[in-house]
Amino acid sequence: MINLAGRDIMHSWGKFVFTGVGLGLLIGVTLTMAGVYRGMIDDAKALLDNSGADLWVVQKDTLGPYAESSSLNDDIYRSILGISGVARAANITYLTMQVRRGETDVRSMVVGVVPGGPGEPGQPPYLVSGRHITRGHYEAVADISTGFKTGDRIQIRRDLYTVVGLTRRMVSSSGDPMVFIPLKDAQAAQFLKDNDAIIGQRRRTEANPAFNNPAAPGLTDAVIASQSTNPYVNAVLVQIAPGYTSEEVADPIRRWMRLQVYTRDQMEGILVGKLIATSSRQIGMFLVILAIVSAAIVAFIIYTLTLGKIREIAVLKLIGTRNRTIAMMILQQAIGLGIIGFVVGKISATFWAPIFPKYVLLEPWDAVQGFAAVVVICALASILAIRAALRVDPAEAIGG
Amino acid sequence: MMKMPISAQKLALIAVIVSLLAMLIYVALRSGPLAPVPVTVTTVENRSISPALFGIGTIESKYTYRIGPTISGRVKQVNVNIGDRIRAGQLLGEMDPVDLDDRVTAQDAALKQAEASVLAAEAQVRDNTARFTYADAQTQRYEKLMLSQSVSEEALEARRQERQVAEAGLASARANLDAARQELARGLADRAGIVKQRTNLRLVSHVDGLVTARYADPGSTVVAGQPVVEVINPKSLWINVRFNQLNSSGLRSGLPARIVLRSQAGQVMSGKVLLVEPLADSVTEEVLAKVVFDTLPVPLPPLGELAEVSVALPEIPSSPIVPNASMQRVNGSIGVWIVEDGGLRFAPVRVGATDLDGRMQILEGLSAGDRVVVYSHKALKAGSRIKVVERLPGVTL
Repeated sequence: MINLAGRDIMHSWGKFVFTGVGLGLLIGVTLTMAGVYRGMIDDAKALLDNSGADLWVVQKDTLGPYAESSSLNDDIYRSILGISGVARAANITYLTMQVRRGETDVRSMVVGVVPGGPGEPGQPPYLVSGRHITRGHYEAVADISTGFKTGDRIQIRRDLYTVVGLTRRMVSSSGDPMVFIPLKDAQAAQFLKDNDAIIGQRRRTEANPAFNNPAAPGLTDAVIASQSTNPYVNAVLVQIAPGYTSEEVADPIRRWMRLQVYTRDQMEGILVGKLIATSSRQIGMFLVILAIVSAAIVAFIIYTLTLGKIREIAVLKLIGTRNRTIAMMILQQAIGLGIIGFVVGKISATFWAPIFPKYVLLEPWDAVQGFAAVVVICALASILAIRAALRVDPAEAIGG
Repeated sequence: MMKMPISAQKLALIAVIVSLLAMLIYVALRSGPLAPVPVTVTTVENRSISPALFGIGTIESKYTYRIGPTISGRVKQVNVNIGDRIRAGQLLGEMDPVDLDDRVTAQDAALKQAEASVLAAEAQVRDNTARFTYADAQTQRYEKLMLSQSVSEEALEARRQERQVAEAGLASARANLDAARQELARGLADRAGIVKQRTNLRLVSHVDGLVTARYADPGSTVVAGQPVVEVINPKSLWINVRFNQLNSSGLRSGLPARIVLRSQAGQVMSGKVLLVEPLADSVTEEVLAKVVFDTLPVPLPPLGELAEVSVALPEIPSSPIVPNASMQRVNGSIGVWIVEDGGLRFAPVRVGATDLDGRMQILEGLSAGDRVVVYSHKALKAGSRIKVVERLPGVTL
């Protein structure tokens, strides 16, 4: 039996392939959209993985450093270190802000980490260039997507930092690249007012007779000094010693220190379930719309292709070709179009994904599911065309 | 196109399909979980490193003199301004003496009065001495006459009584003189005290120095102990540096230091650790030390300027050294990934000293010649496929 579909494709293969490529680009967009969604989830998980923590200790009744602002005294970590099962505990601060380099600025999440060396909680787990922070001040490790290079001088508030290392995939839940700086600098940066505000504050303090008592020289200086310090951090990251479970360690901290503690699962629930829920629903909506649009376009293409050869189909009918053969021809063409489209889509998505401003994660399992969906959509889309083809009157082959 | 032989059409179609498939396979293998992770590798060497400490501090003066009055009062004049160089003994300012000059005048008058009193008392003593001498002589004469029974007993008694009265009068006059002299001495001391107070209102520097602050201007009232002028000794500048307690062991006085002032970034000055304070800051968890310049910068940096200080600790003996970028934490232990036969093996290590350039001394777990992963394109796992490259893709230096 001759393959009608193959013959027909061969007859005008250029048109067929170009149609497939066009469809492929659309499928590529759909795959990319799915990739953006996966990327958002992965960003949230990357944030948790990169912090290197098993537990997050935050202010009581808050959702932690990523979803809600939290502030703890910076000496609490010492008490936490005393809890059995705690291997390491380190202070950390997070602040999303513009980081300047020369004339340009980059939106980043500035992370204040204790410069205790690699492997400590909060430190970036791996580098792609340079070294980790060794000095207690004015050094930074930046995510490569900030566009910074090692040796660059960047400005955070009024201080200049030297970029000493670069890392990858260190992002906040909203995809902003991270810049790691020493904790003390970050504490200063987080609550540091601009110079005008400081001078204004000083003047107000000096104007207050309660703080500026001539009989108590030095009182004003002491009050001003206490107004310009910041002994707070956003969270304490805790690593658990081997042999303990998260809950075993978290419970005494919750109970005796009256602080909120989140385990990895709870934190993931907060990030994925609360923080990026709206954005992911939005992406999901786009995905559904794109899938419907793709299906409609495939249906139109197949229908138009079929109408274009309606006379040939009438001839086939006239010479006694079975309906099944004609239906198979259209179905095979539709699926062939889908396969070409999927291949082109997958390739194009892979090539343009890295240049997207947001992280696009193309999962193999998504690709497999996408392929199945494309085949099913093409099969369904061909029904309209098959119906039209089967309704053709063989007489049309001879008639006008 | 219709005229083209079918074989050519087929060929073209096959070419398109094959190239698409080839690209698909390439894409599947080069991206996603199947792709090998590009890594860079270094060979562990035995070297000696010199650990160093880094801290920031502010420029302060070892000696600060806050010069002000010892009694409350109004400032009359301030002769110096901020930035003036002064010499020891120079008059910096003066307090308003209010009534002190008048009190000196009053005291002078009182002294004169006291001197007059002394003179009067002396005259009285002389007068009484004369009376007593006469009464004494009369008594002796009457006693001689009494031996020859020439005078009556009563007359002799009368002379004796006159003598006693004269004697008492003399004692009283002498006491008066003493009192007058004491009064004069009191007046003199009073005057000296007021004059001293008057001198004390002059604000004088005890040292050669530099005026750093002027807290009060003429006309303003200051309380006792409140400074009017602040003077420092510019030769006594030091940097109050705070070092993180982590890795601060080995910090001691005498170690060489490199100082970079914030106003002169890039210009490294040399100095040394003068002393390490016995008390650490328990709130900020920092060790405090004082660092001095080998030669004072000219012009002098402003007090309170921020300085970055690196202190070089003594070199440690040769041992395996790896960059700190190669350190990873896997399953709770710190170690490095060793490349062996194209595969990866995680080796836990014990880390010793580190230097400011990120080199780490390995005490246990590695030996020279091991090849360890420095940079990787993503976090590594035990089963990761790796591709050793010279430089990670996408990383520009």
